[in-house]
Amino acid sequence: MMLFNRRTALKLGLATGATLAASRAASALVEVNVSGGNFQPLPIAIPDFASSDPAFGQEIAGIVRNNLQRSGLFLPLDPASLPIQVGDVAATPDFNSWRQINVDALVMGQVERGGQIQSSVRVWDTQQAAQVVGKQYSTDPNSSRRVAHIISDAIYESLAGGSGYFDTRVVYVSESGPKANRVKRLAIMDQDGANSQYLTEGRTLALTPRFSPNNDLVTYMNFDDGNPQVYLLQLSTGQQRRLGSFGAMTFAPRFSPDGGRIAFSVEASGATNIYSIAVAGGQPTQLTSGGAIDTGPSYSPDGSRIIFESDRGGSPQLYMMAAGGGQAQRISFGEGSYSTPVWAPKGDLIAFTRQSGGQFSIGIMNPDGSGERLLYTSFHAEGPSWAPNGRVIMFFQDPGGNDGPRLKSVDIWGRNVLTIPTETFASDPAWSGLRA
Amino acid sequence: MPTLAPINLGLRALAMVVLLVAVAACSRTPATGVGNLGPGGGAPGSQQEFLVSVGDRVFFETDSSSLTSTATATLDKQAAWLNQYGNYRILIEGHADERGTREYNIALGARRASVVVNYLVSRGVSAQRITSKSFGKERPVAICNDISCWSQNRRAVTVVQ
Repeated sequence: MMLFNRRTALKLGLATGATLAASRAASALVEVNVSGGNFQPLPIAIPDFASSDPAFGQEIAGIVRNNLQRSGLFLPLDPASLPIQVGDVAATPDFNSWRQINVDALVMGQVERGGQIQSSVRVWDTQQAAQVVGKQYSTDPNSSRRVAHIISDAIYESLAGGSGYFDTRVVYVSESGPKANRVKRLAIMDQDGANSQYLTEGRTLALTPRFSPNNDLVTYMNFDDGNPQVYLLQLSTGQQRRLGSFGAMTFAPRFSPDGGRIAFSVEASGATNIYSIAVAGGQPTQLTSGGAIDTGPSYSPDGSRIIFESDRGGSPQLYMMAAGGGQAQRISFGEGSYSTPVWAPKGDLIAFTRQSGGQFSIGIMNPDGSGERLLYTSFHAEGPSWAPNGRVIMFFQDPGGNDGPRLKSVDIWGRNVLTIPTETFASDPAWSGLRA
Repeated sequence: MPTLAPINLGLRALAMVVLLVAVAACSRTPATGVGNLGPGGGAPGSQQEFLVSVGDRVFFETDSSSLTSTATATLDKQAAWLNQYGNYRILIEGHADERGTREYNIALGARRASVVVNYLVSRGVSAQRITSKSFGKERPVAICNDISCWSQNRRAVTVVQ
């Protein structure tokens, strides 16, 4: 199974980037091939970036190496082992000397911090003696980590194909204090765990955040007053408001792919059904009915369908319906129960939590329920969220007892399980799209 | 990962200690008490009497919101007491154990609370006095990794206020 196979140099289209003049348009042979169990990460040489502030050049290169290493698709070589310690983005490398130490992929970068941060980077294929990609960027001086993430995405895209996922953020629930009375606050961080900031003060329980498609709104569930209710928080202004007043408990909110609507659950007299409402306001539309628990709605990327969980057949299972409601088809049939379905960004897969045999698993299946694969199993794992390129899933894992949850990620091949560093216990990760 | 085993054992021991502390603390706090403690106090008509002599909570089977015979017996006593002392408002808190996902358990806690509300109303307690709230799995009272704790966390608590 050849999942990545790139035989031509890729043209990148990042809005903030301008293509450097290439030495020649290359048809590169360097590529990342992921093929079942015998996959080997691609060794890649990334000397420190040239800079009039060498520590800054070292820092940026370090973030890039860390991103690529954490992807599981690349093996950045120890910079001290390289023939040069600092890259030169202006010069054509001495390809022979790199080939002699078995370096096929080479990254040279430069970064300067002035009124803006100016950076440029070239990825070289030493076997072909050709540039794979050359980019330059200028960004806000306070966004040095973002520069490193944007460069990481450019390298990833040029060698692994598809789109990257490093210039993204994760909103999550930060948990602290004893389990019986734990404080749960919303927090936001870069995808690698850096730059974490709180979004709510912790006076009330705040749970299950989700980004809007433009990454500026977060919808979540807040135990502010009486029963929990769905809230909206605008990241750029810090303003928040209740989605509406529907009397009963509202929870499990998810944006539609155009950002215009929110699907959510409404509980009344023990029955939980799914509704949707325009973000701008108005009356909600009821999408499911009956006395069962229908929750965890997730729109298809084209907005036409909703996958959700329901215990209408006994245990929680996954069901598919039109985005406007109506007849639903059950798609999960394995042992145990299924919940928290999340549609993949490209629409090709559904991620879910499955509970069976006293264990919890994070898995994926096709939207028709076929091709189920479990990616990670433990005492308790829950709540998958997709990276915007659809290749990595973040979730939370809890060892139980008075211990607490941690954020983990796994790729869709079930490899490369990572713990995302957070200061506190953390749960309910929601991955943003690539930042504009 | 075998090397982690000693650490896990340590955490389990810690969890047990924390549980004991939590139980001891809770028994003095009606709103979060473990309840059903048997005879021992409270002036007639006091919240303490409700907690100690009546019992403030009922328990559910895994993923169920059906009332057991033990639960209905407790709720019969609660209804009788609440009908005698009509000055209290009543909050029914619905809870789930940790062996489910977060949103489903929010809904399950609500369904359990609703079942208790309906039962109390059927025994003559005015619906006007009762509100309910689900905490899902977010507020466990017993902390460990087996059924001895989960069975205490699958509960609906009647808080008189």
